Amino acid sequence: MTDNSVLIRLQNIHRTYKVGSDTVHALRGIHLQVRQNEYVAIMGHSGSGKSTLMNVIGCLDRADQGTYEIRGIKTTVMSGAALARIRNEQIGFVFQSYELLPRLNALKNVELPLIYSNVGFLTRRKLAREALERVGLAARMHHRPNQLSGGEKQRVAVARALVAKPSILLADEPTGNLDTQTSAGIMDLFEKLYEQGQTIILVTHEADIACHARRIVRMQDGQILSDVPARQDPAWALIHGPSAEAKETGV
Amino acid sequence: MKSLLKAPLRFFGLLVQSILLALSQIWVNKTRSVLTTLGIIIGVGSVTAVIAGMNGMNAMIMENFEFFGTKKIFLWPERPQTGSQKNANWWQIRFQPEQFEGVLDHCPSVEYLTLISYPGSMTAHHGAHSLENVRIAGVEESWFKIENRSISRGRPFSFLDAQQARRVCIIPQKLQEKLYLDRDCIGQTLQFNHYTFQIIGIVEERPRAFFEGQGDRIEVYIPFRTAQSIRESWIDAMASCRSTDLAEEARAELTFFLRKRRNVKLGEPNNFGVFIMESEVMKVRALMAGLGLVAGAVVSISLLVGGIGIMNIMLVSVSERTREIGLRKAVGARASAILLQFLVEAVMLCLIGGLIGIGIGYFLAFLISHSAGFLEKSQVPGWAVVLAFGFSAAVGIFFGMFPAAKAARLNPIEALRHE
Ligand SMILES: Nc1ncnc2c1ncn2[C@@H]1O[C@H](COP(=O)(O)OP(=O)(O)O)[C@@H](O)[C@H]1O
Ligand SMILES: [Mg+2]
Repeated sequence: MTDNSVLIRLQNIHRTYKVGSDTVHALRGIHLQVRQNEYVAIMGHSGSGKSTLMNVIGCLDRADQGTYEIRGIKTTVMSGAALARIRNEQIGFVFQSYELLPRLNALKNVELPLIYSNVGFLTRRKLAREALERVGLAARMHHRPNQLSGGEKQRVAVARALVAKPSILLADEPTGNLDTQTSAGIMDLFEKLYEQGQTIILVTHEADIACHARRIVRMQDGQILSDVPARQDPAWALIHGPSAEAKETGV
Repeated sequence: MKSLLKAPLRFFGLLVQSILLALSQIWVNKTRSVLTTLGIIIGVGSVTAVIAGMNGMNAMIMENFEFFGTKKIFLWPERPQTGSQKNANWWQIRFQPEQFEGVLDHCPSVEYLTLISYPGSMTAHHGAHSLENVRIAGVEESWFKIENRSISRGRPFSFLDAQQARRVCIIPQKLQEKLYLDRDCIGQTLQFNHYTFQIIGIVEERPRAFFEGQGDRIEVYIPFRTAQSIRESWIDAMASCRSTDLAEEARAELTFFLRKRRNVKLGEPNNFGVFIMESEVMKVRALMAGLGLVAGAVVSISLLVGGIGIMNIMLVSVSERTREIGLRKAVGARASAILLQFLVEAVMLCLIGGLIGIGIGYFLAFLISHSAGFLEKSQVPGWAVVLAFGFSAAVGIFFGMFPAAKAARLNPIEALRHE
């Protein structure tokens, strides 16, 4: 059953860490499928395996077991160089702590992925500028990270994640270091990107952030607890009051 | 075609990026970078200076050999240590002119040969002026060719001068001045003790080699047979080979020829000596090569120490920038791109050190060439600059490889989690 709108497909993904003589089972049999132009939030308590899962999806890490396909291509058997290429072309990663290079200005930080994908200097500049415009930071192009606020830094990081026009935008607690108001700004940005057709997977443990997504995946102890449209998740009720559907079914 | 060009283009782009990045990295850590490259600076600076100094010394020695004549061959009678002639007196083993008849026909590698005799020192008189202790040398016409001294005025010895043992002389300019002779004194006569000689030529001086000593003593040249007719004295010979390559050949030919003419029996040692100048040149060359090896070893050690300094600072750099490496990998840098980045940085460090070192080398070469007269030709040759740059780059690649490989192997997540 091939469905070319399926972007990623994880089947029975396991990931264990060895700490001394102990083994930590961070992921225990994850099944997940994300289609084009979905907006997914992954929720769960600290230590439930969200980041580990995101790293696997972002090809920063490899699963010990199971298969992971991007656009129908198995990543499990790929070489390091091929994975680097996937990260470069298919994936845009936004980290909680921004991870901007302190000595480069915003524009150069955004250019970074293009340096590793044979894009000429002028094109690189143009694409980086456009990406900064998309996140509303055209005016801060020549500022260095230490001259930017937290929210602005995260916007630069989002621009960097977008600049190579990736298939999926992955964001691991992108608002974790931001205050509520700034967080709302970032979430509005994500909403806009989603409306423009960007597929987004977002990790958070905050219900109000998760409710921006259209689908909520809950995790616990390395397993998926529930995977439902946002409106059917308890988080929705918490933020917006009981939904129409829930009222109808009497939940 | 386009896809064929893609890989090199990609590499070139990455290389340019890596160079820019390395330069900015080095610029940010200016002090540290300079301190780090000190070993390279000293190594390259000293190698450049040593090469310049040795070049200067070599040029000076070779020039002096040239003054003296590298094609020269000296021959003299010598009583052997062993054999039947070991108790012979000098009269028995002396050179006799007949022994050299036809020598050039039998020794093809020998270009010229002259017999030389010194009938002694005399006092030269001209009118009211006189000069004591003038050395009289009886030589043949070819002497001037071997010594490379030209007759600036007048003429060389003629066949008849030699055959008839005429009382003619060729004098150096110095004697002309000391005796206050006319500017054109050709045809005038001079007194050497009570012998009267006619001046037929004036011979030019040649620059003296440092090992010849001070040539204050004035020498006057008369035909060989004239000298023998004044006093039958000790005879030496001097020859020249056709080229320095033929020096050994010429020695063998002369030895063979003289043994035959002087009736040295098979198995008996030579009763004469042969010395070729070229063998001295070879010895000096070997000495300089040996010195070069020693200098090379010293310089290699300082480059080694310099290289370890580079490796150390690159390891520091890798661990300081672990998060940066993690991020670069996360946005799609391959391991090879990271390797290239750090390798280029190490090489740039070394090249900058090399550049400063070459500058210092030039300065030292300048000091050396002005410090002592015999080193005034000390210059940094072009190949030394190329060599210094080559070595710097090689040190960078060699000692940068380990830290760069370490960076390239980093796991992106672990690197990003690094504090
Ligand atoms: N590098 C690691 N080494 C050992 N254990 C790890 C490592 N990373 C994560 N873990 C463990 O794996 C589990 C899942 O972690 P993580 O995916 O970071 O959770 P979350 O992001 O949901 O807070 C936790 O128990 C954590 O301690
Ligand atoms: Mg996490």
